[in-house]
Amino acid sequence: MKPPDFTYHAPETLEQALSLLASLDNARLLAGGQSLMPMLTMRFAFPDHVIDLNRVAGLAGITQTGDTLRIGAMTRQRDLLDHPFVQQKIPLLAQALALIGHRQTRNRGTIGGSLCHLDPAAELVSVMTALGATIEIAGPNGPRDVAMADFPLGYMTPSLAPDELVTAVHLPVPPPGHGASFLEFSRRHGDFAIVSAAVMLTRHSSGHLADAVITLGGVGPVPLRLAKAEALLAGQTPTPDLFTQAACLAREIDAMEDAQIPAWYRRRLAESLTRRALTAAHQSLPGAA
Amino acid sequence: MTEPQTRHITLRVNGQAREITTPVRKTLADALRTDLGLTGTHLGCETGLCGACTILVDGRAMRACLMLAVQAEGHAITTIEGLAPSPSELHPLQQAFCRHHALQCGFCTPGLLTTLVEFLHDVPNPSEAEIREAISGNLCRCTGYDTIVAATLEAAAMLRPQP
Repeated sequence: MKPPDFTYHAPETLEQALSLLASLDNARLLAGGQSLMPMLTMRFAFPDHVIDLNRVAGLAGITQTGDTLRIGAMTRQRDLLDHPFVQQKIPLLAQALALIGHRQTRNRGTIGGSLCHLDPAAELVSVMTALGATIEIAGPNGPRDVAMADFPLGYMTPSLAPDELVTAVHLPVPPPGHGASFLEFSRRHGDFAIVSAAVMLTRHSSGHLADAVITLGGVGPVPLRLAKAEALLAGQTPTPDLFTQAACLAREIDAMEDAQIPAWYRRRLAESLTRRALTAAHQSLPGAA
Repeated sequence: MTEPQTRHITLRVNGQAREITTPVRKTLADALRTDLGLTGTHLGCETGLCGACTILVDGRAMRACLMLAVQAEGHAITTIEGLAPSPSELHPLQQAFCRHHALQCGFCTPGLLTTLVEFLHDVPNPSEAEIREAISGNLCRCTGYDTIVAATLEAAAMLRPQP
């Protein structure tokens, strides 16, 4: 099919975009369009107005200040993936970005667009939760920040008022020498993950684990932190048995069910991927065998 | 409705300045095919899954079905018609596709070629696995991918600067 009729707006400043958003009824923001365009073509979305953010000045770009990376909402996924700082210092993000869709969709798809679309299986939603990102939002009452962990209110529902838009993502740079692994299972390369596991580990000089972050994507409407397993790992000596034990806790999660994938299958995937990601993250620690 | 539902835009297509008046809801893929007559850009799924409509926008491979024509205003587009350096000579990648029989029906070929032109520009010396990953967003239902990968490996060698 073809997209339904709508009125097209191409603001050039953030102020123009916000004022359009505040004054128009049934308006949709168009970022990279890698989700909205198919939704229009399949007639899942019928906006009266499409507000194209691609010509808004200043919404794209990556800047590093101290130990924070600021990623403009309209930054293309490909540009973040290619960024040397991401490649060198935030391996979890680099691994997750490489799994998003395909080269052609990463060239156009944006960071903010994927986060606001908030597909439960989207790599960016899960990895930004794991990394403790902060979402920068602009609205008629000025800017506000919200923690990524609080950004999803429910299934595909971001914490955004109808007159607000995301302007950037702030990422704390993880400590040097941490271990990271982002793994997912999908039926074909580039498909949405059925389940994804993001793991970050830090280690004391004694060899004990200092801290573990485990985030599962695709299992429920919003990313799931495996807090029990994280608590089990903290302070322990990393061994294959310990990782197996921690991953076992993924069997207890609430997993969603759909026409193709039963909940028990997602739980089993969560367990396997958690164990593999823990192992891989441990192996990526400096000095690990 | 405060603004018109069509827009007049100018863009560069295969090196030439072009102007069209297009409904705002028209995809770039449809505008290339119907307004500019460039029917080499094929439309399979129209929802971003099959990769047949892949074109280069400012040198980057993108789905033409996932862009509105109005969004191409001021940008440089390269379609399959713009790959060959002259009417009598094919692009090295096209030559390699011929030699390796990397197409049967040819429906997916324009999207594969545009994708791979960008890929080989970024990764001049790819492994077979890297090529397979690069074309994971292009569906071919005839030849399978072996001959496409073989042709790409050969084209990569042809395109690399000789020492």
